[in-house]
Amino acid sequence: MSRALIVLRAGPALTLQDDGRPGWITYGLSRGGAMDRLALAEGRALLGQKGSVALEMGGMGGLFEATEDMRIALSGAPMRATIDGAPLLWHASHLLPRGAKLDIGPATAGAYGYLHVGGGFQGPEFLGAVSAHLTAGLGGAVEPGARLSVGPDRGGATGRKLPVEDRFGGGTLRVVASLQTELFPGDQRDRFAEEGFTRDNRANRMGVKVNPDGPGYGVEGGLSVVSEVIAPGDIQMTGDGAPFVLLAESQTTGGYPRLATVIPADLPRIAQAPAGARLRFRWISLDEALAAEATRRRLEAELPRRAVPVVRHPADVPDLLSHKLVSGFSSGDHHDH
Amino acid sequence: MALDVAAYPIIRTVGIDGLLVSFGDRLGEPANRAAIAFRAEVERAGWDGVEETSSSLVSCYLRFDPLAVRHADLEAKLRALMGSRDWLEAELPHGRRLHRIPTVYGGTLAPQFGEAAAAAGLSEADALGSLSSARVRVTALGFAPGQPYLGQLPECWDVPRQQALTPKVPKGALVLAIRQFVLFAVTAPTGWRHVGQTAATLFRMGDARPFLLAPGDEVIFPAVSEDAFSNMAADPGGGASWEALP
Repeated sequence: MSRALIVLRAGPALTLQDDGRPGWITYGLSRGGAMDRLALAEGRALLGQKGSVALEMGGMGGLFEATEDMRIALSGAPMRATIDGAPLLWHASHLLPRGAKLDIGPATAGAYGYLHVGGGFQGPEFLGAVSAHLTAGLGGAVEPGARLSVGPDRGGATGRKLPVEDRFGGGTLRVVASLQTELFPGDQRDRFAEEGFTRDNRANRMGVKVNPDGPGYGVEGGLSVVSEVIAPGDIQMTGDGAPFVLLAESQTTGGYPRLATVIPADLPRIAQAPAGARLRFRWISLDEALAAEATRRRLEAELPRRAVPVVRHPADVPDLLSHKLVSGFSSGDHHDH
Repeated sequence: MALDVAAYPIIRTVGIDGLLVSFGDRLGEPANRAAIAFRAEVERAGWDGVEETSSSLVSCYLRFDPLAVRHADLEAKLRALMGSRDWLEAELPHGRRLHRIPTVYGGTLAPQFGEAAAAAGLSEADALGSLSSARVRVTALGFAPGQPYLGQLPECWDVPRQQALTPKVPKGALVLAIRQFVLFAVTAPTGWRHVGQTAATLFRMGDARPFLLAPGDEVIFPAVSEDAFSNMAADPGGGASWEALP
């Protein structure tokens, strides 16, 4: 039997995701890929692999069973997760034995959780990526009954965790001025960094709507601005004046005026803000943004070194399986369950 | 508007890793031509650190690694290229096609046709005549894979986008605003008015040429009946045909 993860139950927003497809904007295809790319990197770091495809879980997970012993890692929005009823630590790697039930429930914070497997998920590649791009009609949601192929695992540790900064409950987003910022009146640009916003119920892989505490935003003649290229993080004002932060599956071009752009380092925080989360925006200069980008890249490169063994007292872990998970180092070839 | 219209072409930043060279602040045929030609030249130059380029309606976009290339250095190269010739006089690409994509106007398939005709100040009969005979150019592809912006429609069609988004128009929808059409490649929300419905497939995974349309191609949307439309819907090409332009 081929190496696979069987989906017995699925939340409504499960998709296979990787880094997406950069380079096709001129044909109208946006990059797509994981909504929280830091979570993608964290899962890869926990399993010691690169470039792998993960299962993105919007809002809630599902029930899964592996056809072989499998290393897994959980990252992004923390969700209630168990293996055969034993609770699992989030932001950590574990061993999922063949036939055991991995149950991932609703998110306890944040919006998108990620399930990674040793060897990564496999699927049909198009333009160099496996990522489902729902807006573009590439691939689709993972449904109950699906059998997700899993690549060969060269093995490695399980029972490791990553210290993760809380980005799952809103907070402050750093923004830079962008191509249309100057179209907005100065008082709106000032107010944007002074007032609070609440993440609307309306959100998907295209982006997230945020409602200002005060009146709406807009520019005179804004409904007739010529359509221009869109970058992820761009904050557009539709006719109702509520900012919409464009994310992984945004359009490649659009005509609604855009006030600012959320910097890449803070895209995980806006993607992970759950409905009702409080948000603020802070203008920074391009130089500050480039410094933040350098920091973001350095931290991401350091992730594999920051994964540490989960250390727990054996008395806290009565279940033998869990004990093995925390203390054991399994090479994919030598599982002893 | 704060932009100085006389100063074009202009350079603006896009996020932290993009620069945009714009040849106008509204769609015009020369500005679109300039954007397409300028992008071809940037591609040819192959500057270090540039990761992607594209042309939109009136602009050329460059995405680059901002930690590998300084904004100021790339901007200097762009300014030199901008000053090297009159880009508004540039030629359109060779190998263009003229497409005919049959379209149902109005009725239940295209419910905002009447509203759009009224906004343009035309009777429905005149609006049908105008839209079904217009020969428009693919000025850019965007919003979804292979999805064209087409222009320019006669001046009476300079109607703004609507205030609120229509939650969903179907694949193949022909929508209109500010003297342009967009032909939807996928089901999506839009702020443009849904005036016609086609059965065209703009993007086909796995095809040698996955995109039906290319920038610079021209398109006519002849009117057909709802009955003819239901036959076309079974055709993989949606009834569309094309010929090479000289």
